[in-house]
Amino acid sequence: MLITPSIIALQLTAFSVTGTVLLASGFAGRILRGWDINSGSEQQLRLERQTYLISTLVGFALGAELLSLLLFIHTAESLSSQFVGAMCATGVLNVNAFGFPTLWLKIAIFFLATLWLLLNRADNQGYDYPLIRRKYGLLLAIAPLTALELAAQTAYFASLKPDVITSCCGSLFSGDNRGVAAELAGLPPQATLWLFYGMAGMTLILGLSFRSRLALGPLFAASSLMNFGVAIAAIVAFLSLYVYENPNHHCPFCLLKAGYDYVGYALYLPLFVGAASGLSAGVIAAFGSIGSLQALIPAQVRRLTWLALGSFAGFYLLATLLILRSKLVLLG
Amino acid sequence: MPVFIEQQKYLIDYTLAALFRRKTRNLGLLLVYTLLVFLFASVLLLSQGLRREAAVLLQDAPEVIVQRLVAGRHDLLPAAWLDTLRQIRGVGEARGRLWGYYYDAAVKANYTVMAAPERKLADDRILIGAALARVRQLGIGDGFSLRAASGPPVLFKVAGVLEFSSELLSADLLLLSETSFRTLFQLPPALYTDAVLAVRNPREAAMIAQKTALALPSSRPILRSEILRTYDTVFDWREGITFLCLGSLLLAFLILAWDKAAGLSAEEKREIGILKAIGWETGDILRMKLWEGLLLSLSAFLAGYLLAWWQLFHGGAKLFSPLLKGWAVLYPDFQLTPTVDITQILILLAVTVLPYIVATLIPSWRAAIADPDAAMRG
Repeated sequence: MLITPSIIALQLTAFSVTGTVLLASGFAGRILRGWDINSGSEQQLRLERQTYLISTLVGFALGAELLSLLLFIHTAESLSSQFVGAMCATGVLNVNAFGFPTLWLKIAIFFLATLWLLLNRADNQGYDYPLIRRKYGLLLAIAPLTALELAAQTAYFASLKPDVITSCCGSLFSGDNRGVAAELAGLPPQATLWLFYGMAGMTLILGLSFRSRLALGPLFAASSLMNFGVAIAAIVAFLSLYVYENPNHHCPFCLLKAGYDYVGYALYLPLFVGAASGLSAGVIAAFGSIGSLQALIPAQVRRLTWLALGSFAGFYLLATLLILRSKLVLLG
Repeated sequence: MPVFIEQQKYLIDYTLAALFRRKTRNLGLLLVYTLLVFLFASVLLLSQGLRREAAVLLQDAPEVIVQRLVAGRHDLLPAAWLDTLRQIRGVGEARGRLWGYYYDAAVKANYTVMAAPERKLADDRILIGAALARVRQLGIGDGFSLRAASGPPVLFKVAGVLEFSSELLSADLLLLSETSFRTLFQLPPALYTDAVLAVRNPREAAMIAQKTALALPSSRPILRSEILRTYDTVFDWREGITFLCLGSLLLAFLILAWDKAAGLSAEEKREIGILKAIGWETGDILRMKLWEGLLLSLSAFLAGYLLAWWQLFHGGAKLFSPLLKGWAVLYPDFQLTPTVDITQILILLAVTVLPYIVATLIPSWRAAIADPDAAMRG
């Protein structure tokens, strides 16, 4: 196992996220069992007070997860000098089977925690906490994911063994032959390009019609998530090629480097915001028919939809600009 | 949205006023917090600077170094090996190097002595490193004698003091001609300390090392990339161990933070009670408490980071240097290049601010759910 400050920091963060979410889900379990909004008992009063703690804990977990997602990618990047054949974060994440699963889990927990907080916000606006069972059910689903993330991350770091000089023989010179794959294989650029802009059109049409017809919620949520997936595939397949102006460099992480003006942050931020708010808008809209929320949900959903559409628009605009600015001729 | 921002502004306003009302109590916490950030930041900034310095220096190091091993120990390399090495396809140049260490009892330090044929020095001339010139108070034209391996002293004249961009390489270095090196150490003519290879295509270095090991089975080829990788790992490891040692400090700080947040004074309790009585909700008090933590963290973080920066780049980096740099009598004097790295800031946030927030979450919530009447009664 490597002991570096970034690994210590990541493990500390993973432990605190898992700890807080498990604590929150412990309280959530109690609420699911004993909740009775019509009762004025001391027990009910205590449970109502605990709801504040749970939302604070999940809010903390969301912030910590975001920090840990960024730090994880930066750590992989900085470790690339210690592994033969790993040129950037992709190579280091590929060193063993746990690298990419850890990254996916971090992204999934980020989305679920955002959804939970927005659901919680909608629920708190209704006077009778109408979503209480659903939101604590969701929390109980997030908890095992955080534990899984901690396990995957620990397994990943524990099996990292850097290639260094040993005293018996100076060289690991067979390194380049058995080196880790430093590149991701991309999808065919042309087809992905069509899919990319096709998804943009679909999300826009769905989003605009969703504002007046809340029944389209699940569809919009699904399309937001799909848009996220397609955008990541597009970044790997062609967008990164345009930025690096190199037809073989597919890495989605090198975009975050200073050498490319940190353009990755400007790309990923709206993409994550768009997907998270689109997903949440779609899910929350499904509760629009509940009595105490009827008057509140449409406005909240509309705001989130605008945020999602605006963020996606920002992402697509920047992506198109990057393609137009590039000197690389990939198609035609 | 504007309403939300207005609300937060008023909350911050109130929180700041409340923090200033309890100056001494909060100042103590702020000081300890700042010290914690300062210590962690010093370790990170220093090792980052050292790592950069090593990488910059090694840029000009030879692509491949070949040593000879006898019974697993480094031994002198026969000149005939150089011909074998030159015949390996892809090798641009193979050069034998002569270098070694010389212990000077006068300053109780080791010098690195190296033959520098490219400098075309006369046999009685010598170039000396800056740290050495400082310690022995030598200047150009001064005499400088070294004891030969056979006993009698050899007298040299200082032809110049080595001026490199970094003293890391040249602090204890002595450069002389090949003949005087062989005289000084009584070395037979057809032997070298090791050999360096220039490789035409750097991407072939690993293959050339492999061929070298095949052609000369008792050789030990070392690649520049391997040296760099090992340096990186060593610095990472030292940094990690220092972090773990500071871990106990972090734990003590967390206990202090928990205790401070949990032990509300009677005055604070009354304040919360009054706030609730005049219409603040539990959520508002909780938000106020979170702002309090955030404002404290931010101030401590900025102050600690800036202090560490100042200490390292202007204050001579006295702290942690012996631990991270290593130790030597003729230690090079070098200026680290200041850089701000996003990864470092993320690490610092994760090891200082995040644990602080975790430690204060539950006490803040406890303070926020108190009943107004019970709180006012104390």
